[in-house]
Amino acid sequence: MANDTIRVLAVASGGGHWEQLMLLRPTLAQYDIRFATTEPAVAAQHGIAKVDSLPDCNQNKPVQSALCALVALWIVLKHRPRVILSTGAAPGFFCILAGRLIGARTLWIDSVANGEELSMCGKLSKRFAHQCWTQWEHLAGPASPRYHGAVL
Amino acid sequence: MIIVTVGMQLGFDRLIAAMDDLAPSLGMPVIAQTGKGTYAPRNMEARVKIAPAEFEALVGEARLIVAHAGIGTVLTAARCAKPILLMPRRADLQEHRNDHQMATVGKLAGRPGILVAKDESELPARIAEGLAVTDWAAVQSPTARSLHGALAAFIENRPL
Repeated sequence: MANDTIRVLAVASGGGHWEQLMLLRPTLAQYDIRFATTEPAVAAQHGIAKVDSLPDCNQNKPVQSALCALVALWIVLKHRPRVILSTGAAPGFFCILAGRLIGARTLWIDSVANGEELSMCGKLSKRFAHQCWTQWEHLAGPASPRYHGAVL
Repeated sequence: MIIVTVGMQLGFDRLIAAMDDLAPSLGMPVIAQTGKGTYAPRNMEARVKIAPAEFEALVGEARLIVAHAGIGTVLTAARCAKPILLMPRRADLQEHRNDHQMATVGKLAGRPGILVAKDESELPARIAEGLAVTDWAAVQSPTARSLHGALAAFIENRPL
């Protein structure tokens, strides 16, 4: 199957998470790639005009988190990607959860900022995503998270 | 032009003052984003904060970024393919709540485009090295090459 027919949804919150997704862009560009983020204005700065917008949320904001989960489900149903990946944070995790409902293969790449321990969403992704990768070799476990390199 | 940044959350006067002392000898403009510091630079243009779009434009023009060891700044430098010189904050000088920036530079030192000054005494030599780097954009670190390869394999459902 040609690479450009594999639909991939890549999700990252604004800031460092998005920066890391952009560093992966040369590889992602080979596929039928769709982006979603909490800060579409920053995506536009990077020349990505068609981007889906997610409300920001974290574990301390249950109402916003519930809303974010619904929007994540809507985005996933709209694109029906074969692969969903996120470099963080919670909104990306919700997209991975939604992906499980439609049978997508899901990947969590924990932020390179987490050099001491995996993020909370990273720990959850060990159970809920098909694969969870850390960007620090010393944090890799026997099965999960795996280490396959880093954006830097 | 050299851009100095210490992030928005905490001041880092040790780096700002050291760069202010060095600025006249560098032969090019130095612009500093000083955050919550109290030191008032005399030899370089200083701004408390710089909006993201303008910061991006300044990074695009800069020959070197000098910064605290914040991952966000390292990522911006990587995306813009600019060399970055990191000086870590130290907890014993109340520059941060712990020494994670020391750990960060320990792990990042030696990757393409990333230079480290353990303290201000190492700044002049490392700045000279940073300015001598003309084009490292084509150099991808072995760790980045590995991650890109693994990502493609995952997406295409090939064995990793």
